[in-house]
Amino acid sequence: MCGGIAVRNAAVFSPCPDASVLFDPVLDKETVLNGKAGEIVIAYAIRRVLMLIPVLIGMSIITFSIVHAIPGSPAQAILGDRANPEAVKQLNESMGLNDPLYVQYFRYLGNVLQGDLGTSYKTGRPILDEIGPYLAATVELAVMAMIIAVFFGVNLGILSAWRQNSAIDYTSMVIALIGVSMPIFWLGLLEQWVFAQELGWLPSNGRIDPRMTFESITHFYFIDALIQGDFYALQDAFNHIWLPAIALGTIPMAIIARMTRSSMLEVMRSDYIRTARAKGVGEVLIVYKHALKNAFIPILTVFGLQMGLLLGGAVLTETIFSWPGIGRYLYDAIVSRDYPVIQSGILVIATIFVLINLIVDLLYAYVDPRIQYGKE
Amino acid sequence: MTSSETLLQVRNLKKYYPIRGGVFGRKIGEVKAVDDVSFAVKKGETLGIVGESGCGKSTTGRSILRLEEPTAGEVEFEGADLTKLSGEEMRRMRRELQMVFQDPFASLNPRQTAGSIIEEPLIVHGLGDAKERKEKVKELLSVVGLDSYHAGRYPHQFSGGQRQRIGIARALAVNPKLIVADEPVSALDVSIQSQVLNLLEDLQETYDLTYLFIAHDLSVVRHISDRVGVMYLGRMVELADRDELYEHPIHPYTRALLSAVPVPDPDAKRERIILTGDVPSPTNSPKGCAFHTRCPHVMDICREKRPEFKDQGSGHFAACHLTEA
Repeated sequence: MCGGIAVRNAAVFSPCPDASVLFDPVLDKETVLNGKAGEIVIAYAIRRVLMLIPVLIGMSIITFSIVHAIPGSPAQAILGDRANPEAVKQLNESMGLNDPLYVQYFRYLGNVLQGDLGTSYKTGRPILDEIGPYLAATVELAVMAMIIAVFFGVNLGILSAWRQNSAIDYTSMVIALIGVSMPIFWLGLLEQWVFAQELGWLPSNGRIDPRMTFESITHFYFIDALIQGDFYALQDAFNHIWLPAIALGTIPMAIIARMTRSSMLEVMRSDYIRTARAKGVGEVLIVYKHALKNAFIPILTVFGLQMGLLLGGAVLTETIFSWPGIGRYLYDAIVSRDYPVIQSGILVIATIFVLINLIVDLLYAYVDPRIQYGKE
Repeated sequence: MTSSETLLQVRNLKKYYPIRGGVFGRKIGEVKAVDDVSFAVKKGETLGIVGESGCGKSTTGRSILRLEEPTAGEVEFEGADLTKLSGEEMRRMRRELQMVFQDPFASLNPRQTAGSIIEEPLIVHGLGDAKERKEKVKELLSVVGLDSYHAGRYPHQFSGGQRQRIGIARALAVNPKLIVADEPVSALDVSIQSQVLNLLEDLQETYDLTYLFIAHDLSVVRHISDRVGVMYLGRMVELADRDELYEHPIHPYTRALLSAVPVPDPDAKRERIILTGDVPSPTNSPKGCAFHTRCPHVMDICREKRPEFKDQGSGHFAACHLTEA
């Protein structure tokens, strides 16, 4: 569906007896030298981005329909339970909620296309201005969680595969199994109890100490602290992010560990690993250079999907740790029937999700030179 | 070219693979892939090893280079017993012993360019600086008949014959003394096979190489080898100078094998020796001579006593009770 990713056959068989002088017709020296290979990738990327448009339109229709199917009205939510029914009706009218649904939808779509994500019913502020800090908080948390997940997941998987069926292997895989089966809210509460309450090592919630005078410019606290040279704030931001990042990163960590293990096991058995041994390459280099690079495609796929999920906001983690991220923002919007925020929030998340997967698809070609784009 | 100096001496090499089963993975048997094999390779010669699929010839080659850990036996190379070396010592020793693999499609890392595949042995053995290594890669590419711009390409952009040339260039990079070639041409088209064989012969002359050449194709082995060893069910049954072996085979298995070589002449009279039955399973190899279940000349002693692999005169080794009768 998403355009042509064609894995070229393992070899280009040559009809000519002395194959050494033949040019590869697909990617010969001239193509590479003129940089045409780069152009092919760019053209592919543009085509993929264009194909995102129908996906996002479909997405917006679904969200719009679901949001309007939820019982309860925004006007009622704004005015309260005991509001005068006449006032509720009037407010509905003035917000355009009495128009036919398709009229409302096209009005919304028209605004979005002009870069207007709408205005929050609750705060009365444009969503485009409002969503930034929440998004930044989520991105910061997701990136940190993913760094933890990839570092531990990949190494755990490698260790398992390297010493298959050993005590190390069994231990790692039990850890991974516990990781995928652990409910996040429970792990989060456990962390708070052990590290914040009992040991008192780390703060239990928030992004930064509220008593600190800290000015946020980019809304990414790490970047802010760095550009302002405020290392105390940097330290504090780190202290705050550890617990939620570990809670959020546990499941991706476990999934990545299992995927790495199976992928590495397959690669470690391959002939070219034996070739590397015969060359006299050391064991560490064999594992990290020869095997991991070849085992990386499935790991990358899992990484992309998980990253997309994390960026979609982790409602549970963000709620437990009072993390002001996009998950919390959406949750609050749903509670207060803030239609524009729900619609636009989901649209933003969906866009990020598909873009991340597009980036992953493009990275495949970098990871595996046999993958070429743009061929049916 | 061939001197009488021994480069590699293999003594009583064994490689058994355990078979595990049951709930607790107990050892319930073993596959005797290589079962007590001894031979010597002289400096500058090509020793061919033939045998049908599964007879243990590839495992022998890999066990010598410790790509598979041998179960028992000695592999003496220039005075050092390879089986006794530590991992790091063996890694350094690999500079002297290289291998050309059977499958040129699977044995090259798809993530590495041809240049980096050939350069890597130089890096890991600390030979030359970056500039010297680039020069060496260029030189090796041209030695094996490729162009220097091929260095930037990936394995999938080459044909099978070209890939095998890369494999050979890679093996040559560190100037090894011995090259174990494990069926280096069997995956290639016939027209490409002869090119690669000629290349191997030219390289032997230029670089003073010694080959252990493993193959199942009798005519290929005859073409390239100085001496030929025949393996059956994990054992070496006969070993002699090429012409001696092909003209005067002693062991009944060798005779049957040679009678199966196609002769490109429809009128030629040939006497095929057709063996009955199948090769016994190496998990349960027969008592006595491994070949006695199929041998047309089987005697009582063959079922009881394993024949000794010994010199039957002027370096013609064979393991058969018939020679004593």
